[in-house]
Amino acid sequence: MDGNDAVASVAYRLNEVIAIYPITPASSMGELSDAWAAAGRKNLLGGVPSVVEMQSEGGAAGTVHGALQAGALTTTFTSSQGLLLMLPNMFKIAGELTPVCIHVAARTIATHALSIFGDHSDVMACRSAGFAMLCSASVQEAHDFALVAQMASLESRIPFLHFFDGFRTSHELSTITTLSDDDLCALMPWSAVDAHRARALTPDRPVARGTTHNPDTYFQAREAVNSFYDACPEVVAQCFARLAERTGRRYASVEYFGHPEARDVIVVMGSASQVVREVVAGASARGERVGGLVVRLYRPFPSAEFLAALPATVQRIAVLDRTKEPGAPAEPLHLDCATVLAESGRGVDVIGGRYGLSSKEFTPESVQAVLAETGSARPKRRFTVGIVDDVTHLSLPVAEHVPRAEEDTWCAVLYGLGSDGTVSASKSSCQIVTSETHRSAQGYFVYDSKKAGAVTISHLRFGHRPIERPYLIRDADLVACHFAGLLDKIDVLAVARQGATFLLNTPVAPERVFGSLPLDVQEQILQKRLTLWSIDADQIARDSGLGRHISTIMQVCFFALSDLVADEQAQSAIRSSLAKSYGKRGEAVIRQNEQAIAAARAALVRVPVPDAITTGTAKRPPVPEHAPEFVRRVTAALMAGQGERLPVSAFPVDGTWPTDTARWEKRGLASEIPVWDAGICIQCNKCTFVCPHAAIRAKAYPESERARLPADFPQVKWRGTELGEHQYTLQVAPEDCTGCGLCVAVCPAKDKSNPRHKAIDMTLAEPLLAQERDRFERFLAIEPLSRASLPRDVKHVQLLEPLFEFSGACAGCGETPYIKLLTQLFGDRLYIANATGCSSIYGGNLPTSPYSTDRAGRGPTWANSLFEDNAEFGLGFRLAVDVHQERAALLLRELGAALPERLVTELLAATQDDEQGILQQRARVVELRALLAARPEPKAAALASVCDYLVKKSVWLVGGDGWAYDIGFGGLDHVLASRHDVNILVLDTEVYSNTGGQQSKATPVGAAAKFASAGKETGKKDLGLIAMSYGHAYVARVAFGAKDAQTVRAFVEAEAHPGPSLIVAYSHCIAHGYDLVHGCAQQKLAVDSGVWPLYRFDPRRAQDAQPPLALDSSGPKATVREYMRGEARFLMVERADPERFERLTRRAERQAKERVLLYQQLSELSVGPKR
Amino acid sequence: MDLATSYLGLELKGPLIVGASPIGDRQEVAQRAVDAGAAAIVLRSLFEEQLTAEAQHLRRASDDFHFAEAKSVLPEPADAVFGPDQYLAHIARLKRATGVPIIASLNGTTASGWLRYAVECQQAGADALELNVYQLGSDPERTAENIEAEVLQMVLQVKASITIPVTVKLSPFFTSLGNLLVRLEEAGANGFVLFNRLYQPDIDAEELEVSHQLELSTSAELPLRLRWLALLSPRLSGSLACSGGVHTGLDAVKALMAGAHVVQVVSAVLRHGPSRFGDLLAELRSFLERHEYPSLAALRGSMSVSRCPDPRAFERQGYQRVLASYRDPIAPA
Repeated sequence: MDGNDAVASVAYRLNEVIAIYPITPASSMGELSDAWAAAGRKNLLGGVPSVVEMQSEGGAAGTVHGALQAGALTTTFTSSQGLLLMLPNMFKIAGELTPVCIHVAARTIATHALSIFGDHSDVMACRSAGFAMLCSASVQEAHDFALVAQMASLESRIPFLHFFDGFRTSHELSTITTLSDDDLCALMPWSAVDAHRARALTPDRPVARGTTHNPDTYFQAREAVNSFYDACPEVVAQCFARLAERTGRRYASVEYFGHPEARDVIVVMGSASQVVREVVAGASARGERVGGLVVRLYRPFPSAEFLAALPATVQRIAVLDRTKEPGAPAEPLHLDCATVLAESGRGVDVIGGRYGLSSKEFTPESVQAVLAETGSARPKRRFTVGIVDDVTHLSLPVAEHVPRAEEDTWCAVLYGLGSDGTVSASKSSCQIVTSETHRSAQGYFVYDSKKAGAVTISHLRFGHRPIERPYLIRDADLVACHFAGLLDKIDVLAVARQGATFLLNTPVAPERVFGSLPLDVQEQILQKRLTLWSIDADQIARDSGLGRHISTIMQVCFFALSDLVADEQAQSAIRSSLAKSYGKRGEAVIRQNEQAIAAARAALVRVPVPDAITTGTAKRPPVPEHAPEFVRRVTAALMAGQGERLPVSAFPVDGTWPTDTARWEKRGLASEIPVWDAGICIQCNKCTFVCPHAAIRAKAYPESERARLPADFPQVKWRGTELGEHQYTLQVAPEDCTGCGLCVAVCPAKDKSNPRHKAIDMTLAEPLLAQERDRFERFLAIEPLSRASLPRDVKHVQLLEPLFEFSGACAGCGETPYIKLLTQLFGDRLYIANATGCSSIYGGNLPTSPYSTDRAGRGPTWANSLFEDNAEFGLGFRLAVDVHQERAALLLRELGAALPERLVTELLAATQDDEQGILQQRARVVELRALLAARPEPKAAALASVCDYLVKKSVWLVGGDGWAYDIGFGGLDHVLASRHDVNILVLDTEVYSNTGGQQSKATPVGAAAKFASAGKETGKKDLGLIAMSYGHAYVARVAFGAKDAQTVRAFVEAEAHPGPSLIVAYSHCIAHGYDLVHGCAQQKLAVDSGVWPLYRFDPRRAQDAQPPLALDSSGPKATVREYMRGEARFLMVERADPERFERLTRRAERQAKERVLLYQQLSELSVGPKR
Repeated sequence: MDLATSYLGLELKGPLIVGASPIGDRQEVAQRAVDAGAAAIVLRSLFEEQLTAEAQHLRRASDDFHFAEAKSVLPEPADAVFGPDQYLAHIARLKRATGVPIIASLNGTTASGWLRYAVECQQAGADALELNVYQLGSDPERTAENIEAEVLQMVLQVKASITIPVTVKLSPFFTSLGNLLVRLEEAGANGFVLFNRLYQPDIDAEELEVSHQLELSTSAELPLRLRWLALLSPRLSGSLACSGGVHTGLDAVKALMAGAHVVQVVSAVLRHGPSRFGDLLAELRSFLERHEYPSLAALRGSMSVSRCPDPRAFERQGYQRVLASYRDPIAPA
């Protein structure tokens, strides 16, 4: 099990109320609790815990606080920003001496950037809250301490924050000894539970809590808790002792390890202590007088235990903190240790450093570097380790890793894709090895930040003793590459040890495999004397009816090459594992896999390796020579996986990054790309509209451009009449396409004689890459038409340049076409405030930015604040822009006499209602700027600095339904209630997509989602209707797959509306459970069935005594059932419980009908003109 | 008038039963059909390959996306999602609720799949099993003999593994239907359902697509069934069901006269609702009374080739006569 499983399994059994909210990397603790509760699993008290998903962590904390006050055993799980939202309640809970244990997968707090990875910055921000803080260093500890923390909390009345390293511990798969129900029962302090209940608020013994104090009392009352904190370390020690007595596993609040007469000691918390332990064990065995000290109980700081644990011989300690407190004299653990030692008069020198921020690897070499520094004559008083700081020179030099086989373990590193099942199969392999051989297993999985074509790297260790190596494998015995295309992008063999085995899945015949490898791969195979094996797993998968699912096949190969489990035994275990995965009903599926399993073993072959390099080709450089300097220096390194090597000086100091960089990241994901047949194409541009990655584009251009294009450049006469004589080209970006096929699915133009052939067809990419790459370059060079010349309809809007391209969104994403449209319509004057979620990840996760610029260098400017505050954040943009505009207008008036009257008047009076108006205003600003440059007055310079704001700006607040319906609803509602001119785009996937499909209030009735696994009972919140109720907000509900013209119209109207606007946009998503190539068809069914009626509510229409609401979809043309049957999220409910499905479907049908009727009535409702 | 009849050894209160269709899906609808006079219910076919495909799809939908922030994007599916549990539970539930015999229906592709589910249907309480054979014969590599042998093999295996009666639902497109049915009966088939209405795709000439609309049957489809019932009923000892084209009481009368033991009704019910059974039975009863049949048995098979006045009409000679008697509307009077 992983750390989250280990914690949840204890917390679930010990608690009665669990209030949750998803946040990485803590989400799965809540998900498991919910799934167990849904399955009726009981806690130790014999009841099923009440698991409730709240609208935010703030809400969860409030619920926890309330449940505790009313006497229930209560818990929650969270991380990072979520923990910060809980902070106000935590102070209250602690002030009231309320026993509770909150479990935290510790994660970085967003500062200059968001990071989902692990460090202690979140928990350290809570150290003043009054919670005790207990830190686990491993999955086993996380499991055990989940119990100890709750025991100690109940006994001490101090609330506990139990934390462990996000990802490193929360997501590490580890073989542990679990606590049985009997263990928990025996160890829980039941009398303290009774005491907790006895303190519950009840009208039968009424008391008041949460009173308000005055200066006369607050201070003294606050000091009344002191004795409880004083007693707490001893309570923890006793709890540890009881655990040891029952299980044999001994822990202490502070534990020393190493040389008994150590001079130099590293003090550390969390998983890093295991690395320190490993290095110190080796060093002290060699007689080096070094040691390590792990602090497990951080608050209340166990001063006495700390002093007692530290050998008397110690002269200097280096305290390592996994957090950063800018401006502090030292980091928190360092300060605590220094204070305790100073008061003790021990004369120990204390130095300290930061390590491991945002899951930065903490390796044995890092520990050696710290020990070397600690033992040196004049060490750095403050340092960092694990990075190169070439600016403030705080970093310690860390030696390069010297390759050697790991002692006691057998290691494998498997490279796969997020969608090929490699991670699931790796987890299953760990399970098989553990159960079949009683070895310990460790699995850790590294993911990239892209969603389409995401690479996964599975690090698996196996050994006969518990594995305590919380760092990535560097010396693998087996390296497997499940997708040959990765060899061109990643240095897959860097982790292979000398003499290791290399397994490659490739369609190339064995005798040609070596010759097909890139130069550096061939070199490494020869240098490291690797044994090379190959298999064509994709072919076997296709032949066995498994489609593109190769994981079982690769798993068979893994066991065949690993010697961990005998072949036959492994295959039978794989079958059992499949049976487990498919439940007791999996026989049919397993039968289907049998063929693949048998074929896999037969098809795995050893590839002959020649003595020398053959015809291997070198990798292409990550970016071309003509890329911008920053891209070549920084972005290219990140793209090549070399970001770790970049020094501090390479980075912006304030988190400001250039946009327009995704175009340098040629990922080449698609095995098939669309190819255009100009003869059939009707130039509707629907393909470019739906493309989630802006990888298929259309341009119309004057005949004159033709001369600059090669003779074979595909083009055809433009069919429209609006532009006059023009040529037209539809072009794919072959290395940016993800091969989702949405464009082909939506293409309406078929060859009349061979309707299987459309105006675009998916075609094997490889033979076309060079040609299409060249054509795309030439296509980009064609001058775009003037923005003012193009009508705002689907066809012509797609001739506008998209300023959002090649994002990391999923293949077939239903959100990105909306964002792309936004940039086509308003991109050169667009502000985007982006709520955290999928759109902030594909929109803002390094290494590149998908937001791009036009030829004038203008483009969307983008920022993400938080998940919960995006509406407020975006409103801030608007207010600032308004301030700048007003200042520009004021200065213009003040300088008026010195400027041409016509220009001033026109600048101030320009309505900028359309693109022509914007263009004219831009021209005026150019003229103004030139005039100002010649003026001596200070006000002229001031006006020059703000005159660009005289051109209208478009402010958009973008985010998903988790933000808009749940955590950010309060702010969104407030902004809608204002009259400020902001536009809100809600990309509604009806679940929290980014954190893994948890239900939101946008989830429709009948859909299975996490936290609603049996199918959601209640209907979707009607956000649009709420917004309409204000009367002054523009509101639209759109679904581009159903009616793209209505989508375009809504965007244009929303932007033009002078007050707040809201667009709720249907976004198909992988979390709906179907092949997204059918995304548009499902959108159409959603609209045709009445599940997603399309409308536009425009308050301006009321001015003309028209009904403000215009319904844009007609009555039902399809059934709700038809729509629901197309998606696994509904189908799952039907298959699990048909009666329930029936009931929920009927409810969905009724609600759809009622909603359409309501909208129909509203669309006929008009009152007289306001004037 | 006693309409009781026997089908597959089951004693039924009447000759009209619910054919394999969504009608049996919902307990409430099935109950209304029974209340209106349906004497048994054939459930919708359980498709083995569909079960397998759905299981794979649902598992992968919940399992196939691995990102740093999400181990999956859908909840872990319940076990029941992957198998025929719901179908089996439905058999028991419907049997309890309606009190009429419940006939399970299987449409399989591999023998092992059929066997497993056949046994489970029996265990779940099915009173009989309808094997739905859907063989198009479009593969140029496979002979008619291959196909027939496969069908025979399936019947043999299923019969060997269960004790409840087994009926085989076939298409009319076998080369020598009479021969096949006799051999299937020898292999143990307790009856036959004539015929499977093979799903017929259409062409959408505007959109240039194959359209997948399922068309309900009409009375025009009945004569094909009547001919084969009339031809084969005297030569088979098992039970025969007429399936397809019965929309009126008179249609039912004809099917029974041709030799059917029961008539399966689907399209008429899907069009008019479960109460249609009552109308059909009333019409049937009225016919019997009007024509003074002493019992249903007296009518059954009265127009089969062994008893009808002109058996040649069902054979090749009938074809010649029809052509000869056809009056060409454009010929000079």
